[in-house]
Formats: sequence, structure tokens, C-alpha cells
Amino acid sequence: MSANNTNSMRTTYIVYGVILAIAVIQVVVAITMGPSLGRMLILAAIQAYLAGMFFMHLRDEKSNLRLALIPATLFVLVMMNMVWADSFRLISMKPFAK
Amino acid sequence: MSEADLTLEQSAGVAAVMEESPFSIPSSKLVMWLFIISDACTFGALLIAYGYIRNSAADWPLVFKSTSIWNALLMTFILVSTSLTVLFAVKASQADDRQAAFRWTMVTAAGGILFAALHIREWMSLIGQGVRLFQNPWGSPMFGAAFFSVTGLHMAHVLAGVVALVVVGSGYKAGRYASVHIEIWALYWHFVDLVWMFVVPLIYLLNMKR
Repeated sequence: MSANNTNSMRTTYIVYGVILAIAVIQVVVAITMGPSLGRMLILAAIQAYLAGMFFMHLRDEKSNLRLALIPATLFVLVMMNMVWADSFRLISMKPFAK
Repeated sequence: MSEADLTLEQSAGVAAVMEESPFSIPSSKLVMWLFIISDACTFGALLIAYGYIRNSAADWPLVFKSTSIWNALLMTFILVSTSLTVLFAVKASQADDRQAAFRWTMVTAAGGILFAALHIREWMSLIGQGVRLFQNPWGSPMFGAAFFSVTGLHMAHVLAGVVALVVVGSGYKAGRYASVHIEIWALYWHFVDLVWMFVVPLIYLLNMKR
């Protein structure tokens, strides 16, 4: 096995350990500090970043591919968040503004 | 050289006279990436719809006891570990070790089946407590619809991945598929893992009994 391959596998094991550690931290944080949406999403985003970059090898792909995939996906996901205002309106059963 | 490798080599011969892909990956891999981003948007929409319903319900039930949380953590451990085993399969296929690639692909598929079994156990426990699609004994009737649709779609992805891995793994061993096919389905499997990283905190931890 080449030194490069050994290094790449060592990185993979480290990422695997970190992702599992974050999963445990998420549960501990949820139990001790309460499961705040912000904290949970930040930890999940770190896990997703690590999985995308190291397990899915996005960091080894050309930057063209990363630029084609990631901003477009994030844009669509962010635009979906427009619905939140309406869900807050529903809980107080407020009518639409005229 | 297998039939799949010969086909790939012939395609490479044709590709040599064409302009290089701007992404420097095979078109089949690009198609999997496009599927993954569209599926990410599907899961994103479903999770945001769940958030919308949860946020607008005054009596949203917090139902998950510590046993469910530990079960979800165990499922995370299994799914993340299968991401590692599918990477072993990719490495073995790149080294042209068909036996090892087949073995690791099957280990990954077995992990997927174990994950689905634990998930079904969780479903049965909730169904046993009276949770249905549009009713439950605790509060907002939409809880069941949100939980079963998000986790059900994810479980469908896991089961589809298991079938694909078995087909591609055994096909690769028989020489019908090339190593790039294992790599493509490994990408899909990692994506299923990635989605679960959002399902656990948003569905399980935010609805934990306190």
C-alpha cells in the first residue's frame, strides 16, 4: 500500500471518528442543554460537510464540480425557508395583512 | 479484462476525440451527483414541511423517550460504519480486487438491512403506542404524518440502496460492472448517510421527551 493511500485511509478513519463523536455530542447537548434548533443544525451541518468532503470525495473533485453542485443546492434549500413566516402566523391564527 | 471494462475502454476511445468534460468525471457519476442534489432538495422540502407543521401546531407532542434516542444513536453508528465499509469496497474495486469489493459491498448491504430492521422496530413501537398517520394519543394529529413520511422516505432510500449494492456488488464480481459503478453507488450510500445526520436531530432530538 502506498504512503498516499495509507494517509488517505488514516484521514478517513479520523473523519469517521469525528462524525460519530459529533453524533454523541448532539445527544449529550440535547439532554443537558435542551435540543435547540440552531445548535442541532450547526452540528448536523459539520457532519454533512465532513461526509461530503471526505466520504463522497468532493474535496478531490475539480472545483468546477463543487461550484456547480453546492451553491445551487444551498440556494434552493435557503429559498425554501420563506415559509417560516407563514407558520408563525398560523400559530397565532393572525389574518393576512391587508 | 471484463466486459464492463471493455465497454468503458471503448467509450474512453470515443471520448478521446471529444472535448474534455469540465468536471473530469464520467457522465454516469455526474448523473448520480445530479440525482443527489435533486434528492437533497426533496428531503430539504420534506424537512421544512415538517418544521412548518410543527411550528404552527400549539400542542406538538414530545414523544421520544431515552430508549428511542439510544436506538437512533445505534442506527447512526451502523449507518456511518457502512459508509466506511462501502469506502473499503471502492478501494478494493479500484485495486481490481473483485472478491474483497464484493465482500465489502455485501457487508454494507447487511448493515443497511440491520438499520432498516431497527427502524421498523421503532415504527412498530410507536404504532403500538397508538400513533397513526393522522392520529396519536398525545397532541397534534400531524405528528404521525410528519414522522412516518420523513423516516419512511429515508428508509425507502436505504432499502433501494441495499438492492442496488447487492446488484452492483455481485455484478462487479461476475465482471458485468466496472469499479466506477461501485463508486457511483457508494456516493448514493454516503448521501443516505448524510440525510440521516439531519433526520436524527430534527426528528428525534427536537421531539425528545423532557
